[in-house]
Amino acid sequence: MLHLHDDKYKELEEIANNVRISIIESLIEAGSGHTAGPLDMTDIFVLLYFHVMKHDPKNPDWKERDRLILSCGHICPVLYATMAHAGYFPVPELKTLRKFGSRLQGHPHREWLPGLETSSGPLGSGLSQAVGMALADRMDNDRHSGKFFYCIMSDGELDCGQNWEAIMLAGREKIHNLIAIIDRNNIQIDGFTEDIMPLAPLRKKFEAFNWDVIEADGHSMPDMNDAIGQAQAVFSAPSVIIAHTIPAKGFEWAERHFEWHGDPPGKGPEDVYKKDKQGAAALDALRSLGGRIVGEHE
Amino acid sequence: MNIPLNPKLFDKDVEQRPIREGYGEGLLAAGDADPRVVALCADLVNSTKTGAFAKKYPDRFVEMGIGEQSMASVASGLAAMGKIPFFTSYAMFSPGRNWEQIRTTICYNDRNCKIIGSHAGISVGPDGGTHQAVEDMAITRVIPRMTVIAPCDAIEAKKATIEAAKHVGPVYIRLAREKTPVITTEETPFAIGKSQILFSPKEGVEIKAGIIACGSVVYNALLAAHELEAEGIGVKVLNLATVKPLDKDGILAFVNETRTLVTVEEHQVAGGMGSAVAEFLASVQPAPIEFLGVQDMFGQSGEPNELVEHFGMGVSSIKNAVGRASGRIKRI
Repeated sequence: MLHLHDDKYKELEEIANNVRISIIESLIEAGSGHTAGPLDMTDIFVLLYFHVMKHDPKNPDWKERDRLILSCGHICPVLYATMAHAGYFPVPELKTLRKFGSRLQGHPHREWLPGLETSSGPLGSGLSQAVGMALADRMDNDRHSGKFFYCIMSDGELDCGQNWEAIMLAGREKIHNLIAIIDRNNIQIDGFTEDIMPLAPLRKKFEAFNWDVIEADGHSMPDMNDAIGQAQAVFSAPSVIIAHTIPAKGFEWAERHFEWHGDPPGKGPEDVYKKDKQGAAALDALRSLGGRIVGEHE
Repeated sequence: MNIPLNPKLFDKDVEQRPIREGYGEGLLAAGDADPRVVALCADLVNSTKTGAFAKKYPDRFVEMGIGEQSMASVASGLAAMGKIPFFTSYAMFSPGRNWEQIRTTICYNDRNCKIIGSHAGISVGPDGGTHQAVEDMAITRVIPRMTVIAPCDAIEAKKATIEAAKHVGPVYIRLAREKTPVITTEETPFAIGKSQILFSPKEGVEIKAGIIACGSVVYNALLAAHELEAEGIGVKVLNLATVKPLDKDGILAFVNETRTLVTVEEHQVAGGMGSAVAEFLASVQPAPIEFLGVQDMFGQSGEPNELVEHFGMGVSSIKNAVGRASGRIKRI
């Protein structure tokens, strides 16, 4: 199992908050882009890049690295911000998000930025690519590979039929070093997932396709850490971690609103703050850590 | 330059083989030569001729079931790890059904995948219009980075497959289902991006037009040229097996000699090989072109030859088009 000591846990929490601030700053600068998903996946990305994954920011093409395949490319602000804080590129570059000529394309393009495994955006095709990568790895290393393939998916994209083709194939092939992590935030652009196209019972669906299923609190680093450790230990099936998350985690007044799926602060719904106040309010909430660990940073 | 061709080309008993069979042989040869070559198929192992490879290299073959969309992206993932995946289905489903996956996860991603569309064209025959892919070259050649090849016979298909494995980048190869005459020989040269003049009239016969063709209907173009030669009408035939990238030098040299063109393809005339030729010539050296192919219609059931005749790609249609094309020279 993966161990997560208290000191490391505290360090990761701080990094996560800094990453959230970077996400918001980059979105405000860009004037467009998605808010809810990047914020709710920040804890998981930080855990992966700063604790779990085998990777080297100075040698992004290192062959033995674990692979992180981002299927839901629209949450790339969290990928970019985490990679910058991990040392792949300078943090100030985050303010070029979505600008002409930027390496930080509106949806990730692997040829523009070293360290991206795939170009993505159109939903539903990341898992197939992760399955292909893991199959190639098994052709070369039988089942003795030291690599893990982490596919980050949104819950909404499970509407896409292609995912279920890939889920069937991975189940048949018992790809043990494939770990899908689903951002179960219950929202998509047009509303709540269970209203748009119900996914429940999601656990049973994956179990029916012969996957190992683990559910975890996507905002609890220890819980997610344990879940990933369990998934790594499974040797007879691919694993999926259904990570329960709160959309727009980090600023309470936007949390759980599906309306915040695709807009940046400054362009979101005005039920609490007018557009011109949203950016400052978001950053204030994060800089005070949203009241979560009051005291340490005052 | 004389290109070696089947000596029995114009005989009644000319050998006939399905073009897709050449793919199966080529895949096996490519797999023997390079362990990175792997194959995927969507529940059509035998009819796409992937079976020999799957039998010899079961660990390098992935049966996808009827999942063409996932197949394209799984291939992309395999290529990401250094494999050279060939994936096959009927052209209607791949690159038809999975076009966006090919566009984004293969071409935009710059993955070294080979897309093999069997049963392309209306000569699929009795299966009918649902299964007759006549749009596949249009939708593949429009994607940046894609190479598009339509071999004219089984031998050329074998060579195209072997060359596709060596070529770094996405390649689409379209294959016909039915047996068609063997035009080339093992000695006929093949290179991606190179066209070849397969027929020139005897000395003394004045050249009235040129025919540019690709795929199985190259044979009809040759028959038409052969018959016209006997009637004293000189016609040259260019096999444009690689539809993208275009052999611009070859086409330009050809049209300089023939002045006017007929294009023949088992495909919609919109967006296909003829369109590619016209796009190029219009910008450098406009020439009259008669476009033979499917004229904005869907296919239907019938015997292959019957359908080729019906949709205007038969020998008599080509001969008539040569007449029209040569008649247009004076008017420009």
